[in-house]
Amino acid sequence: MKHIISILIENESGALSRVAGLFSARGYNIESLTVAATEDATLSRMTLVTRGSEDVIEQITKQLNKLIDVVKLIDLADTAHIERELMLVKVKTTEKTREEIKNVADIFRGKIIDVTPTSYIVEITGPSDKLDSFIAAIDAKNIVEVVRSGATGISRGEKGLHL
Amino acid sequence: MELNGAEILIQSLKDEGVEFIFGYPGGAVLHIYDALFQQNDIKHILVRHEQGATHAADGYARATGNPGVVLVTSGPGATNAVTGIATAYMDSIPMVVISGQVSMPVIGSDAFQEVDMVGITRPCVKHNYLVKDVTKLAETIKKAFYVATTGRPGPVVVDVPKDITAPHIKVPYKYPKKVSIRSYEPTVSADKGQLKKAIDLLTAAHRPIIYSGGGVVLGNASKELTELTHTLGFPITNTLMGLGAFPATDKQFIGMLGMHGTYEANMAMHESDLIIAIGARFDDRVTGKLDLFCPYAKIIHIDIDPASISKTVKVDIAIVSDVKPALEQMMELIKESDKKPSKKALEAWWKQIKEWKSINCLDYDRNSNLIKPQYVVEQLYQVTKGNAYITSDVGQHQMWAAQYYPFDKPRRWINSGGLGTMGFGLPAAIGVKLAFPDADVACITGEASVQMCIQELSTALQYKTPVKIINLNNRYMGMVRQWQEFTYESRYSHSYMDTIPEFVKLAEAYGHVGIRVEKPEDVRPALEEAFALKDRTVFLDFITDRTENVYPMIEAGKGHHDMKLRVALGTSTDRELA
Ligand SMILES: Cc1cc2nc3c(=O)[nH]c(=O)nc-3n(C[C@H](O)[C@H](O)[C@H](O)COP(=O)(O)OP(=O)(O)OC[C@H]3O[C@@H](n4cnc5c(N)ncnc54)[C@H](O)[C@@H]3O)c2cc1C
Ligand SMILES: Cc1ncc(C[n+]2csc(CCOP(=O)(O)OP(=O)(O)O)c2C)c(N)n1
Ligand SMILES: [Mg+2]
Repeated sequence: MKHIISILIENESGALSRVAGLFSARGYNIESLTVAATEDATLSRMTLVTRGSEDVIEQITKQLNKLIDVVKLIDLADTAHIERELMLVKVKTTEKTREEIKNVADIFRGKIIDVTPTSYIVEITGPSDKLDSFIAAIDAKNIVEVVRSGATGISRGEKGLHL
Repeated sequence: MELNGAEILIQSLKDEGVEFIFGYPGGAVLHIYDALFQQNDIKHILVRHEQGATHAADGYARATGNPGVVLVTSGPGATNAVTGIATAYMDSIPMVVISGQVSMPVIGSDAFQEVDMVGITRPCVKHNYLVKDVTKLAETIKKAFYVATTGRPGPVVVDVPKDITAPHIKVPYKYPKKVSIRSYEPTVSADKGQLKKAIDLLTAAHRPIIYSGGGVVLGNASKELTELTHTLGFPITNTLMGLGAFPATDKQFIGMLGMHGTYEANMAMHESDLIIAIGARFDDRVTGKLDLFCPYAKIIHIDIDPASISKTVKVDIAIVSDVKPALEQMMELIKESDKKPSKKALEAWWKQIKEWKSINCLDYDRNSNLIKPQYVVEQLYQVTKGNAYITSDVGQHQMWAAQYYPFDKPRRWINSGGLGTMGFGLPAAIGVKLAFPDADVACITGEASVQMCIQELSTALQYKTPVKIINLNNRYMGMVRQWQEFTYESRYSHSYMDTIPEFVKLAEAYGHVGIRVEKPEDVRPALEEAFALKDRTVFLDFITDRTENVYPMIEAGKGHHDMKLRVALGTSTDRELA
């Protein structure tokens, strides 16, 4: 099952490589990883998407917690949460296809943020599976480039990840 | 007080109470060596290879419980230390390794003797630091010791660029009394609810067994473990790393478990209905094939590291705690509780265990006209009255040391279990002897292992650390040969060397005493002679039966109940009995 693990980690050089190294050394898979500083400059927040059996996920969270730089983490799969990913897609366009692509983008609440005579760039935000669906909805031969940020997430309501 | 970086480093170590630094100089640490030169409190032990420095510091740490300290230069000095760092990491040994680094402005430019030490050691340290600011140096050293010695211990590397230690840059010095790290708070004591559940299981069990490991040694909880075991009346088995945590000559001790454990220990594990694992990590050398592991047992696990729990074997009751307070709390609760283990069930269980024991799985041919390695270890036990510190290398000799030298005290048995590092024994023995100059220290080794750090014989002379080297010379990488005999139809591919040095001459060349022993009747006198030479390092080269194998053995893919036992007395054999 897919798990989104949200991590507060000391904002120090090397912290990212400790996490990435842990995953490669222990053979866990990383589907995506995003990281940036938080409102507290000494802390980074990392969002990691991984898949595995319950046992594997349990080991992953234990091993992450064991890293000295990791302050706290939560597995968002355990709580009600909101998931968002940003995607930029460059699509080939012709007179004929422009309208259709725009319609699909609208349906997915995407925005066309760049236009040339032969292409669009579509920006879409949403849960990762929504982005997958958008790609599936566009004729594959028209897709020139896909850039995805990787998922980030936040838990809803009172519960959360903070110091 | 204003000090430069090099002085801060040395002063911090002093303030930390460090006695010995095991090290080797080079360009990036010259400022530090200059500061070392100008003081007399800390003794620097100059090894002959940086691997030796880490193993010696490690041996010192295992014997004393204090962190070992290592100082190496950048580049090759640092990489040479990596094997020893990984060795300490796998066995959770507290160690602080200070490595020199090229100066800050040239980091990343492939400068002379630059390696990314923080990157290289990341997977084999508990934590590591690159010091980028001299004003943070003292605090970083404090943190390094704090992290290395608390929770589940382990090695910590502090990488110090040369310019951080520059003589002319002085800053105020104050060594912090305490540090706290917001992201690091090791668990201390146990959850009472979990303990109560554990006690319910313990008192209801019919075929219980205590399986304890290195965590009891690391957590200094031998006394508590012994008390609990006596109170419960259960059989107890130790891992290779746990030997000595419970007295091996006690009636309740049924030997080591695992691949080369005793028949009775492994059978008892297999048949048990309740296992209480204490500071042990269900290593694959212990469990054998996982789906065959202890099919009838419920499992209680006490461990300070949550990640050790249910890592390979799912447990029923997890108690995350330092072992000492957990056992103390447990004893309290047992005393208060009106539930007691069933006497009748325990009697029947012990009767079964005695039956298993009666096959005498460690018996060997005592009438051979060749020197049996087991006999040498038994004689060593007698000559040292069971009181020596024994270090070992890796191979058959290591297993014989574990099987035939019963350890009654913790921290007496010093070996590389997790990484299995050949070359560990000799430098480790030097580290132990420095810590306990009046104790007997012996290194049980093999002719292959001992050559991996043989250069440390020179260190032993310089620092007058008279250790006794017990070389069980079978002219084979015996452990490798044994596997080849059992699983590769005796195709001994590169498990022997055509040229083995004359160890007596080698020992003499290093300024020590060498004794070659070829006949069983000479074993005892040679050992007595060696230990009588109180102030000399003695290399005893025992020419042993080269066909001898380690039994019992659980082969790959087998369960605890499926052990290969010695068939007849005497010759090695690959026929099966059990
Ligand atoms: C050639 C060879 C053969 C071997 N054969 C065998 C064999 O037959 N049998 C065998 O047992 N081993 C054998 N080993 C060793 C094996 O590889 C492992 O090193 C060993 O089994 C691990 O021991 P342990 O479980 O006690 O764990 P350790 O590595 O000692 O780990 C200690 C555990 O205790 C925990 N801990 C640490 N401090 C505390 C504390 N204060 N409080 C609570 N918990 C704590 C740690 O988190 C960890 O989980 C062999 C090794 C070699 C090289
Ligand atoms: C550094 C290192 N290299 C290789 C091995 C694999 N290995 C394990 S035991 C062994 C043979 C050891 O031979 P020896 O020291 O003579 O001991 P014996 O088994 O003969 O008692 C080898 C090569 C190892 N454990 N460590
Ligand atoms: Mg050998």
